Amino acid sequence: MGKTFSKPNVLSQNYTHYCPGCTHGIVHRLVAEAIDELDIQDRTVGIAPVGCAVMAYNYFDCDFQEAAHGRAPAMATGIKRVRPDLIVFTYQGDGDLASIGMGEIIHAANRGEKFTVIFINNAIYGMTGGQMAPTTMPGQRATTAPTGRDTDQTGMPIRMANLLGELVTPGYVTRQAVLKPQQVNKAKKAIKKAFQYQVEGKCFSFVEVVSTCPTNWGMTPLNALKWAEETLLPYYELGDYKTPEE
Amino acid sequence: MAKVLMKGNEAIGEAAIRAGCKNYFAYPITPQSEVAEYLVKRLPEEGGVFLQGESEVAVGYMIFGASGAGERVMTTSSSPGISLMSEAISYIAAAQCPAVFVNIMRGGPGLGGILPSQGDYFQATKGGGHGDYRLLVLAPDGVQEAVEMTMQAFGLAEKYRNPVMVLGDGMIGQMMEPVEFPDDLKSEPSNKDDWATNGMATRKSKKRNLVKSLFLDPTELNQNNLILKAKYEQMRKEEVQFELYNADTDYQVMITSYGTMSRVCRTAIDMLKKEGIEVAMFRPKTLFPFPEQEVHDAAIKESCKSVISIEMSMGQMVEDVQRCVMGKRPVEFYGECGGEIPSPEKIIEIIKTLVK
Repeated sequence: MGKTFSKPNVLSQNYTHYCPGCTHGIVHRLVAEAIDELDIQDRTVGIAPVGCAVMAYNYFDCDFQEAAHGRAPAMATGIKRVRPDLIVFTYQGDGDLASIGMGEIIHAANRGEKFTVIFINNAIYGMTGGQMAPTTMPGQRATTAPTGRDTDQTGMPIRMANLLGELVTPGYVTRQAVLKPQQVNKAKKAIKKAFQYQVEGKCFSFVEVVSTCPTNWGMTPLNALKWAEETLLPYYELGDYKTPEE
Repeated sequence: MAKVLMKGNEAIGEAAIRAGCKNYFAYPITPQSEVAEYLVKRLPEEGGVFLQGESEVAVGYMIFGASGAGERVMTTSSSPGISLMSEAISYIAAAQCPAVFVNIMRGGPGLGGILPSQGDYFQATKGGGHGDYRLLVLAPDGVQEAVEMTMQAFGLAEKYRNPVMVLGDGMIGQMMEPVEFPDDLKSEPSNKDDWATNGMATRKSKKRNLVKSLFLDPTELNQNNLILKAKYEQMRKEEVQFELYNADTDYQVMITSYGTMSRVCRTAIDMLKKEGIEVAMFRPKTLFPFPEQEVHDAAIKESCKSVISIEMSMGQMVEDVQRCVMGKRPVEFYGECGGEIPSPEKIIEIIKTLVK
């Protein structure tokens, strides 16, 4: 009987450092599957962010650069502009992309830079220990919002896919989730499509993935999935916000 | 080739192209915006890449990305812009990537002014960004040297896999002088197979490359810093450049000065000579590596009674001069940094107080 399921070629043999129940592992696998299926491993360059995925380069067997906090889209711009034949992707969290790197992501998207962004939204800063992110929900507790996010002081959570979807420059902007198997399958299709657009030289592509952070949310992995489903998804609606065919 | 009359900023842009650099990312800032305005026209003619970034912060990382991918790349800016790029410069130095930064200095701190200054000596030679790193810093004294040093910078950046800074000032950027572009300063990019993230398909080994600056293991971080330190030691041995002016005389005073300021000092020295007062000038052309031994040796010449560092700053290079002279001669300082360049007459007046 033939093998029906195996580790993607571009995923390395290393154990990941992610916490139990964290969904980074799922998204890493989806990115790896897309790279394998499009047969682009040999010309792919990933950009690791600052945050939980800072060591993503340990888990992908392809060329990688490591950016400073929020600057991954600028680095990707530099690479893609001088080597348009390479397939370039950034992998960023919400502190990195929606806070300190807001300028870089908006301008890269607006220039229509032809690279792919995988954006992990788990509504909190992970690596630095659970501080409030721009994506933290109203009332959600964080170490720097001990009584819950006060929107009078900090505004409402930023919806990056909605924001980038408003740009006039053509692009592919979508929000997906990896809380349930059906969502994982849809996220896989979106991620592959995002890379496919790049392979075709079409447009900037951005996949926001609603994810979990059981450790910093202070929940069991299962409760984290339930909380994300009930609290995050009504605000962070899933679906395409922009397609290049529009 | 024949000399052509060019503005300093435009000549720097042309020099980069002649050196073999086809990639330029920048953000406009006075007094060097003409580099971008020149290259936006010239680079497409050469099949090159021009991109105006959204900020100096972003430009710093565009440079990092392009450099990490193994391509020759340059940016130009001026003092406050270089401050914003300093974060990226620290990362590029840590990740050992080659890149060329041109700083056409203006007065500071803060927004300061838009006129020439040499107030970024500390920033260029002692850090700017965080951590233990150094830039190789070349200081031209005019448009011709700005051209030559810009061309040299690419080969040096690749030799050391380290950022190189050409440290000019607003006068050099804005003035027009006849220049020629030497053919022998064009260099071929060095082999990048071992480190550049230009796609696994490009190399025979099929080994993936990684450009990074995170070393969580203290032993690894220390090891990386030792590798950097060894490079800086090699620069000290192999890259020191300087000029001695009027030094074959029994000079009573030795001026140390660099860049635009050194040209004024040269005029003052010629005028003093006519009055029978011999003054020499030591002009470092590399600010890092600093010509430590050479400054010391020139200062302790028997006839030399004192040393004075003359700068368009409130006293920055003078600290290196004092360090090298090691107390064997008094080291004085004179500087202005509002944006006006001290006149030869002012320098003569200062020197005369020293030779009384």
